[in-house]
Amino acid sequence: MAPMIEVRGLSKHFGGVKALEQVSFDINKGDIFGIIGPNGSGKTTLINCLTGFLKPTSGTVRYLDRDITGLAPHKVARMGIARTFQIMRPYFSMPAYKNLVIPLFSPRARKIGGWRGGGKHGDRNTVAIDILEELGFERDSRVPFKTAGTLPTGYLKRLELGRCLALRPDVIICDEVFSGLSASEIASLIPLLRKLHEQGITLLMVEHRLKELFSLTNRVMALSYGEKITEGDSADVIEHPKVREAYLGSEESV
Amino acid sequence: MAKRKERIDRGIKVRSESIYALASWEEIAYLVGPRSLLIGGMLLMPLILLNSPYWGRVFLSVCIFACLAIAFDFLANVVGLVCLGGAFFYGVGSYASAIINTKLGLPPLLSIPLGTVSGAVICTALIYPCLPLRGIYFAIVTLMYPLLMTRVIEAADIFGGTEGFRGIDGFGSPIIESYALVAVLLLGLFALRRFLAEDPGLVIRAVKENDQSVRASGISVAWIKTQAVFIASLFGCFAGAYYVHMYKNVGISSFALDLSIMPIAAAVIGGTGLIGALIGAILLVPLSEFLRDFGTLRIVVYSLVLMGFVIFRSEGLMNYAVRKYQQFERWVEV
Repeated sequence: MAPMIEVRGLSKHFGGVKALEQVSFDINKGDIFGIIGPNGSGKTTLINCLTGFLKPTSGTVRYLDRDITGLAPHKVARMGIARTFQIMRPYFSMPAYKNLVIPLFSPRARKIGGWRGGGKHGDRNTVAIDILEELGFERDSRVPFKTAGTLPTGYLKRLELGRCLALRPDVIICDEVFSGLSASEIASLIPLLRKLHEQGITLLMVEHRLKELFSLTNRVMALSYGEKITEGDSADVIEHPKVREAYLGSEESV
Repeated sequence: MAKRKERIDRGIKVRSESIYALASWEEIAYLVGPRSLLIGGMLLMPLILLNSPYWGRVFLSVCIFACLAIAFDFLANVVGLVCLGGAFFYGVGSYASAIINTKLGLPPLLSIPLGTVSGAVICTALIYPCLPLRGIYFAIVTLMYPLLMTRVIEAADIFGGTEGFRGIDGFGSPIIESYALVAVLLLGLFALRRFLAEDPGLVIRAVKENDQSVRASGISVAWIKTQAVFIASLFGCFAGAYYVHMYKNVGISSFALDLSIMPIAAAVIGGTGLIGALIGAILLVPLSEFLRDFGTLRIVVYSLVLMGFVIFRSEGLMNYAVRKYQQFERWVEV
C-alpha cells in the first residue's frame, strides 16, 4: 500500500540558512509518527512546509497520491490535514465553542456535516459543544461557554485539537502539544490522543517531551540542523550516536 | 488608604439580559429605549427639518458620511483592514450611478441600486490585488486609490475629465429624497450588525483576531476579505450614488481626500461597533457646519476636537455611553 503522506527531498532555505535540507519520510495510514529534535532543528518549519504555511525551496509532499507541495494552507486543510500551532492561536475574545464553529464553516466540514442542505447532525453550535465535551470540556460546569482568553493552557491545547477535529480530519499534525503543560495535564491528554488514533486519525507529532511521546508511539524520526539523522524504533533512535550528540553535545567537546 | 474604582453591572442590565426581559415595562424600556430613540430620531429628522432646506441638506450629509464611516469602521475594526481610501468607494459609486442615469436613462431609484452594486463590484475587483497586504501597507495603498483615480480621469479625459458631468436626474420630492437615504442607512446598519452577531459573521471577525487559525481551518482568508470589502464598498458606493442624485452633478471632487478622512474621524469619535460610526457622523458633520463661522480657523478647532477625543476618550463616545448606561462605578478601598 502506498504511504498516506510521502515526503521526498524536502528543503527550505531562508536566505543562507538551511532550515530543512533534503528530508524524506513516509507516514502510513493509522500511524502515530513522532518527529523529535533539539531547538532550531527545523521541526516547525517542516510542519509549515507540509501544511502550506511555507513554500518549500525544493522537494515534494504527496498526500493520498496527490502532489500537495506548495498548496495554500486552506486547501491543505480541506483535504483533511489539520494542524495545531505550537503557540496556541485560539480566538481569544470568543467563547470556547465558537472557536469550533469557525472551522465548521469550511467547505470540508460543510460537506461532511451536511450543512449545505439543512444539517443532519444538529446545528453547528451543538456539534461544536459535542466535540469539546469529548475533549474533556465539562458541559455541566459550563467550560465550553467560557471565553477562550480566560481558559488555562491545558484547555487551550485541547481547544486547538478541537479546532482540528471540527474539520473531520484524516491527519492531525500536532506541533508540540505537550509543551507548557503540567505532568497531570499531559497525563490527561495522552488518552485523548490515543482515542483519536483509535478513531482512525493518523497523527504526526512533533515533540520535545520524549518520554511522553514514546508512550504513544515507537515510530520516530530525528532531525538536527534541518537534516534527518535517523528514523525507526524509538529505542534505537534514542541510542543513535548522532541523536545523543544533537541533544547532549558530542563527547569530544565535553 | 488606597482606593480603586470598581465597575459593576446595573441590576436592570443583568435582568434584561435573561429570558425574563419582558417581565416589566421598565426593563422593556431599558432595552428598547436607546435604540428607538436613535431610529425614531433619524426617521423624524427629515420631517422636522422640512422647512429649513439648509439643515435638511446637512442632515443628509450626516447620513452620507455615516455610510462611509460605517464602511471604515467595519473594515478596520471587524475585519482588520484599515482602509484610508473611503473616497474611492464614494467616487466609484457616484460615477457608476451618474453614468447609469445619464447614458442608460434609468431613473434615480434604479440607478442608485445599480450604481451601488456595480460600483462595489468594481471597487472589490480593484482592491483585490492588495488584500494580501497587512496593516499599514494596506492603509497606504488604499489611500492612493482615490488620488490615482482623479489623476487618471484628468489625464485620460474620460468621464467628462475635470469638468465631470451635469444633467443628472434629481429625486423630485424632498420626502423621497430624505427617506430613501435614511431608510437604506438604517436598514444597512442594523442588517450588518445582525449579520456580524450571527455565526457566519463570526468567520469575518475571526479573520481579524487570528487569520492563521482561519487558514488552518480550511477557510480561504482572501475570499472572506473579498466578501468584506464588497460589503464595505456597498456602503461607500451607495453614499456616492445617492449624492450625485442629490446635487445632480458629479466631478473629480468625488474622490476628494475629505471624503476619506472625515468618516475616519467620525468613526474615531463615535467608537467601534458600527452604531458609533453613525453617532460620530451625527456629531461631526453639524459641528463642521457650525465651524464655518471661524473661517480658516475651522480646521484648527476641528483638529483640536479630534485630538481631544483621541487622547481623552479613545474608546469613542458610543462605548463610553454604553458603559455608563450599563454599569455604575464606585470607589472601594483595597
